[in-house]
Formats: sequence, structure tokens, C-alpha cells
Amino acid sequence: MAELIEKIAAIPRINEMFADNLTTIGNGMSEFMNNTRQPAMEAFQRMGIPGFRTENYKYTDLTRLFENEKFRRSFEPDQFEVDLNDIFSCDVPEFDTHLILVVNGWYDDSNSTHKPYPEGVIIKSFKKAVIENPELVEKYYGKSANAQADPLTALNTVFARDGVFIYIPDNTHITKPLQLINILRSEDDLYVTQRNLIIAGKNTQAKIMFCDHTLLPQNFIINNVTECELGEDSIIDIYSIQNQHNKTANLTGLYIRQHRNSQLVTNAISLHGGIIRNNLNILLDGEHASAKVCGLALSDKNQHVDNFTFIEHLKPNCRSNQLYKNILDDSSTGGFTGRIHVAPHAVKTEAYQRNNNVLLTNVARMNTKPQLVIDNDDVKCSHGATVGRINEEALFYLQSRGINEKEARLMLMFAFAHEVLAEVKVDQLRVMIDKLVNKRLRGEVSKCHSCAMDCIR
Amino acid sequence: MNMLKITDLYAKVEGKDILKGINLTVNRGEIHAIMGPNGSGKSTLANVLVGNTNFEVTHGSVTFNGKDLLAMSADVRAKEGLFLSFQYPVEIPGVSMVNFLKTAVNEHRKYRDQPPLSAGDFLKLMREKKAMVQIDSQLTNRSVNEGFSGGEKKKNEIFQMAMLEPTLAILDETDSGLDIDALRIVSNGVNLLKTPNNATILVTHYQRLLDYIVPDFVHVLYQGRIVKSAGKELALELEEKGYDWIKKELGE
Repeated sequence: MAELIEKIAAIPRINEMFADNLTTIGNGMSEFMNNTRQPAMEAFQRMGIPGFRTENYKYTDLTRLFENEKFRRSFEPDQFEVDLNDIFSCDVPEFDTHLILVVNGWYDDSNSTHKPYPEGVIIKSFKKAVIENPELVEKYYGKSANAQADPLTALNTVFARDGVFIYIPDNTHITKPLQLINILRSEDDLYVTQRNLIIAGKNTQAKIMFCDHTLLPQNFIINNVTECELGEDSIIDIYSIQNQHNKTANLTGLYIRQHRNSQLVTNAISLHGGIIRNNLNILLDGEHASAKVCGLALSDKNQHVDNFTFIEHLKPNCRSNQLYKNILDDSSTGGFTGRIHVAPHAVKTEAYQRNNNVLLTNVARMNTKPQLVIDNDDVKCSHGATVGRINEEALFYLQSRGINEKEARLMLMFAFAHEVLAEVKVDQLRVMIDKLVNKRLRGEVSKCHSCAMDCIR
Repeated sequence: MNMLKITDLYAKVEGKDILKGINLTVNRGEIHAIMGPNGSGKSTLANVLVGNTNFEVTHGSVTFNGKDLLAMSADVRAKEGLFLSFQYPVEIPGVSMVNFLKTAVNEHRKYRDQPPLSAGDFLKLMREKKAMVQIDSQLTNRSVNEGFSGGEKKKNEIFQMAMLEPTLAILDETDSGLDIDALRIVSNGVNLLKTPNNATILVTHYQRLLDYIVPDFVHVLYQGRIVKSAGKELALELEEKGYDWIKKELGE
């Protein structure tokens, strides 16, 4: 009975928190943003907490997570005396990037070493951009991330205050990758809301990397929404490396609108995390736009990784190609839903999708679901999904040449994963991700953050 | 000391008894051919020897250079000097030939307390052995066996044998699926690798291979037992008369 009462209480509790902190949440933000909060709250109340009953969240039940959490919300940045070099060292030495640091969802100017970047490029706190660059933010804010359509996006819109703002003016190429490091660090359990906006003008080029980390063993929920606008002829790569401990729920929404001739690559590498849910929405909204969409998830213990993609072909002659792979160990679970919609007038569309999964144990579980809605006849579309095991015949072949079983298994897993990694077209990045994946498969990544703890989830 | 000594070996696969009391002794410097009708247990014997766990040994013993072979895992058997050229080599997409061979060679070296080969030395070794078995350079830049033709796969087996230099090589129907030229190249490779210190077991259906690789002994495997052993002339006799006369000799 007590449990039932708590269930009923989850949504009102969030609503109450919103009402109680209305002034703080809206403080220092502009009106156009604050005006979206109440409708978003109503949308969230209408849609409810995502769970098995929500079609789009069939494979990731968040009801228990939200029902039981009494996490602190930080409506203002925590006062940290942080020197990035003291608390965090990237596993990848000598990796030359523009560094952008975000702590608990708050942009940390003092530790971001992104300067100098090409003229006209703006990289700053989202909060600051709302005030200093209102015309840019207002034009794109909440346009592709529809708070009315997704409960987590609604929740993000209700509480959004900070994150990263990136603006790349027309005809600008940023050669050095932008590395955005998200750090979670708190003495108590923390709920983090982060909102990013990336605007890439016409004929721009950039490579953007999100690295998600946890530094303290507390429980975390991070609700992150990123909106991206890719201008005509732009070439943008977005990589994300998720490496957080098992008591973290990382709920991300990446919304991308692509204009004519733009070329997008996304690759989400989920190395570690308790619950990971990645929503990826791509609108192909200009002719000849292309998107290569990849993901690799390695999970063990009770981890859960769910990738949900929705690619909308709105204009003719666009191309999308998805490749997602999971390797699941222990009693970990995974999900993949790949939704493709080809609009009636989006002729000459090419849309491909593949999801391959390897289960290493009898209890690991993978759900995979392609969803193609094609509203015209002049398209090339394909989809394929497999769930299997390590090929025993190949394993024996390697062993019969003197390679021990453990090493042989690693070789086969790495070979399976490598197809996704090969899609990382920046050599330096690929080498680095290769190393991380290799380390993870060997069980060497994040040991300090996950093994010492009681990994309940 | 015998290199390989198989004593009263019984084995089954998927619950079915296949080997029913094999006795065989192989000494260094010898080439043995094992022939026999389909389903007599030739491939089972090869797989049991290299430690394929799909095959279950139910009785008997096997020693390899005096050590208990059956107590070793497949990789240890390889590092002890045993090698199987597979009848159907498996394709392994994503594992490059170079990485695969380098790992294998260095695992062998580690087992013998030798330092790993430097990248340069390894490539040199590969070049040398490639020339020996006349394998196309392009093939070694690909994933293991991926997209290889039947003949290329068999050549690749002999190439791996050249790289690993086993003391006992078992060639399981290495001649099947080979055209005349490939057969000659493969046989030539095997002959080049032959030394007074190593030994070879050829599992084959056809006398043809034995024109190229001349055996010291020919054994007939029938219904899980070696029912006849003789010199190389036995192969010719089998080619000419088939297996019926042996079955008759056995009183069937």
C-alpha cells in the first residue's frame, strides 16, 4: 500500500518542486524560455513517467527510478573550487582538443581551455547565451526538441538553466575537435538537468565530442537535451563517450535538424553506466542531406543501455545509414528501436539500418525493434537485426593456433565492435576510442568508480 | 620416445560413439596417411587430437612427447607443437590476418620463454613464409579467411603452419576442393616444411595427394578403428579396389 501511494506521488512531487522553485528556475533566464516551462510541465504530467506502458520506452522502465528518487536538484551551480587537472585526467594522453568542462550540468568557464578558436565562433555557457545572444537562442530553442512529444524532453524543458552553447558562423572550419567533458560530482545524490544548443552555419565543419563521466560514487540522474542545427553544406561529427558508474542514469536527447547537403556522423559509444537511454532524433530537412548514425554499447552486471533513434526523411534525395551494436555480459539488458519515417514527397530516399548484438551469457537480454514507415514508392530502405553469441567455431580456430580462450574471446568481441569504431573517421579519435573499448572489454576501464561500490542497478 | 602415442581411444560426438579403440604411434620424421570411407571417424580423430570440446573422449589415452595430451586445453596443445589444417577453415570478419598471426606467434614464443618478435622481425618472417607457400600478399591484408576461395583457405592453413612450425601437423582433407595447381603448391609447402624432427598426419580420401606427399605408413580407419596398416603401396591398392575387400577381410 505504501508503495502505491509513493507511485501516485511521483508526478505531483515533481510538479510541486517546480511550483516551489519557479522564481529560482526562471531567475536570470529570458522570457521566451520561461514561457515554455509551464506547458512543458503540463505535457510531462500528461505523458507521465516513461515506462513499459509508454510505447517509446517499452524497453526502459524509468518509473521505479523516478518514484524512489529523493535527489537534490541544483538550480544554481554548486560552489566548487575545482582545478580540472586535479580531479580528472582523460584516459587519452596527448589528445589535442578544445576543452569544454561542464560540472553537474553547469558550464565551468574557469576550466574550459577552448581558446583561441576561429573568429566568430562562440562557445559559452548556455545561461549566458540566453541573455547575451537571445536572437540566436530564441530562433532555435525548443524547435527540434519538442517538449510536447517526449516526457524526458518535457522534463528538461521545465528545469533547463544551463549547459553549453556553441555557435559556428558560416564558412568556418574548426579543425581541432571540441571536447565537451560532462562531470558529475556531488556529496549527495543529485539530479542534473543540462541543455545544450549547437548552431552550425552554412559550409561549416566541426567535430564535437561529448565525454560523460562520474567522479564520486553518489547516485545520479542526468537529463540532458542537445539541439543541433546543421546549416547547408555543413559537415559535422558528433561523438559521445559514455563512461559513468553503475549508479548513474544517463538520459539523453539529441535532436538534429539537417539542412541541404549537410553531412552528419554520430557515434555513441556506451562504455559504462547504470541506465543509459539515448534518444536520437534526426530531421533530414533539406535535399541531399546525409546522416551516418552509429552506436556501440558494452554492458555487464545489471547495466541497461537503450538506444532509440527516429530518423525523419522530409526531403527528397537524402540518405541515412544506421549501425548499432551491443555486447551484453552478465545479466545486463539492452534495447534498440530504430524508427524511420519517409515522408510522401521524400522520393529517392535511401535509409538503411542494422543492429547486431552478442549475448555473452544466458541471462543477458536484448530487445531490438526496427520501425519503418515509408510513405512513397521511390525509396531504397533496408533493416536487419541479429542477436547471437560469440561464434564458437571461430573461437576454437583461434585457440587451435595457440591463443588462449580469454584472449581469443577478446579478439572476437573486439572484431565485432570494430565495425562501429571504423566509422569514426578522425584517426586520432578512432585510435583513442579503440583503446578505450579494448580496455573496457578487458575490464580495465572505470574500475575505480564501479568496482569498489555496491552496484545495485 | 614416441612423439604421439594413441592408446585404445574412444570418443563420441553428440552422444554418438565415433572412435572405438584407436591405437596409433607416430615418431618424429614420419608421415602417416589415414584413409577410410566416409563416416569412419577420420575428422573426429583429428578434432579430438587438437582438443575440440565438441568431441568427448570417453576412454583411452594420448601422449604427445611424453605428456598427457588430453589434459591440455586446445591452445596449450598448439603451443606444445600440434597443428590442425582444418577441412573447413572458418571466416573471422574483423580479425586481421596480421593481428591474428602476430598474437599466435607471440603466444607460442611466450610459452617457450622467448621475447615477442619486433614488428620488423614479424613482417620479415611473414614475407619469408608467404613466399614459401606462394600465398597472395593481398590475402594477408584481409580478415582471417574472409572472402577467401576454397583453395585460398587451404593455402592459408599451410601458411599458418609455416608461421607456427609445429612438430606434428594434422592435415584434414587439405586436398579436397583444390585444383591441380593449388594441390601442387600446397603439397610443395608441406614438403618444404618437413624436417627429420617433425611429423605429419594426412587425412585424405584420395591417392592423388600421396603422389605429392609420400607417406611412410598408410592406415585404414573403418567404423572407429584402425583396421589395416601398411606402407605407401596400400594407398594404391585402395585406389584400385576400393574398401570392399577390407570389409570382406573383416568378415562383413
